[in-house]
Amino acid sequence: MNKKKKMSGAEVLFQVIACLIFGLLALICLYPFYYLFICTISDNELVALGKVIFYPKGIHIDNYRKVLGVENLGNATLISILKVVVGTVSRLLVTSYMAYFFTKQEMPGRKIFYRYVIATMYFGAGLIPNYLNLRALGLLNSFWVYIIPGILGVYNMVLVKTSMESLPAELEESAFLDGAGYLTRLYRIVLPLQKPILATIGLFSIVGLWNDYVTTKLYITKPKLYTLQFLLYELLNRVSVLAAQEEHGRDEALQVTPFGIQMTLTAVVTIPIMCVYPFIQRYYVKGVMIGAVKG
Amino acid sequence: MKPKKRKKSAYKLLLFILPGILLVTIFSYLPLWGWSFAFFQYKPGISLWDSKFVGWKNFTFLFQNAVMRQNLVRVLKNTFGMQMLDYLLTPLPMLFAILLSEVRSKKYQKVVQTVTTLPNFISWVIILSLANGLFGGSGLINTVLRNIGSDWTINVLTTDKHVWLTQALLRQWKGLGWSAIVYFAAIAGIDQELYEAAMVDGAGRFQRIWNITIPMLLPTYFVLLIMSIGHFLSDGLDQYLAFGNALNKEHIEVLDLYVYNVGLGSGQISYSVAVGMMKTLVSIVLLVSANVLSKKVRGTSVF
Repeated sequence: MNKKKKMSGAEVLFQVIACLIFGLLALICLYPFYYLFICTISDNELVALGKVIFYPKGIHIDNYRKVLGVENLGNATLISILKVVVGTVSRLLVTSYMAYFFTKQEMPGRKIFYRYVIATMYFGAGLIPNYLNLRALGLLNSFWVYIIPGILGVYNMVLVKTSMESLPAELEESAFLDGAGYLTRLYRIVLPLQKPILATIGLFSIVGLWNDYVTTKLYITKPKLYTLQFLLYELLNRVSVLAAQEEHGRDEALQVTPFGIQMTLTAVVTIPIMCVYPFIQRYYVKGVMIGAVKG
Repeated sequence: MKPKKRKKSAYKLLLFILPGILLVTIFSYLPLWGWSFAFFQYKPGISLWDSKFVGWKNFTFLFQNAVMRQNLVRVLKNTFGMQMLDYLLTPLPMLFAILLSEVRSKKYQKVVQTVTTLPNFISWVIILSLANGLFGGSGLINTVLRNIGSDWTINVLTTDKHVWLTQALLRQWKGLGWSAIVYFAAIAGIDQELYEAAMVDGAGRFQRIWNITIPMLLPTYFVLLIMSIGHFLSDGLDQYLAFGNALNKEHIEVLDLYVYNVGLGSGQISYSVAVGMMKTLVSIVLLVSANVLSKKVRGTSVF
């Protein structure tokens, strides 16, 4: 390493100011999570009085015990986990399967079929037509509405296909001469070499599926099929409905979940993301490309 | 691989992709059939076959009926207003990346990046809950304000004031760090010799940024800007469904939320499909124009 150049006074000032600005930004991003956490373990009364700001006070785990008593919690957890696991695995399988076959130059009409699939990235029938379609298919109030409609990620398919095309053709050729069929070649030779891109897609799909509550809002009315995100959404919604009623001077007694429980449920729903986040970091840049640039 | 050898199995390939093609057909093309609801007087509970065919009446009604027109104008205003705020803030991620890359400590850079990117992976429901805990009526800030005897309270969630700004700021909180990553990657790709040459010529930091970094980042900026035009009318049902409530409805209801509220909320399927259809058509026009624009500006198409 070269010896660091000595910094001039102006440079030192610049560095200090820049670091302060970014420190502040980082604090703004991090504090809400920190506050959430100290809220959940602090004495609820002290929180309500605004005494808990920088560190927890009157530490207890009662909130976490009580959150287990939230109606439908166990079920919603199960649905959330199933949705993420089944959803991610099936998306990876279907997306890479289609990507593989679209790399096959010998397929008759390949371009037409490919365009037919790609076109769906650029238009959508819209919210209500999709709803009507899923209703006609009998997918409303079904667990499968979480899984099947989004099972083929077209954009991800393009990424995987591009990645597969960069493999040398000889790799498959020799297996082909040994009599291996398409599926054998896909699962034995091609897919094991696509691990990085599949990991990226998988991680982003986990986050996407876990965070999605709109699907439940649109297509599910059965509480048995609620996810954790939706459960939290419902609790919070009740708070704003109550606030609206207060404003209009109505005096209906609406059950509102205590603030401590709300925050604790929020923490519980956030934890899985925090667990996946360190892995996601490794795939940042690729992930940005997934969201931003064409394939 | 020569096509001759493959002739026999080539048609088998179509069988392999058939399930995928069916999937796309069922979930992406079949819903287009739902557009026909816009031409009927459909009411939930009866089938489309028993509904009255009304032609373009649902569309003309949207513009002729005073209440409907007012609503449509209000909703479009909200959509445009919030999108415009977003467009005004688009240089922020680039500035963020430029300034952070000037920080000497690589470790500090990394930490800041990690922390500011985290909110991007948090759902809008959780953000609603965090915002409620901090800025809600009985949230931290209001409680503290009350404690110090101030009668000035802020309640950003259940008010009709500053809704556009609040929502835009929330979006920045969630997305700023994430949007900056693409610029970081671009800055890392800039040839260091350019900077060294500039230093030899005696260029200061500001001159280096102004004459090298920014010009190198502008193509990325414009590509992202052009690509976002296609999504102009579809801005995040996710966020507004979470933050929308009876009190801020006036100003938070964007086109997508309006379609949802009219269609699934109050069951006026035919009108909402008509609105949705117009939205799709305008979006396609925007997409195509963005592409033409991109071809003119950069010589290549984005899509």
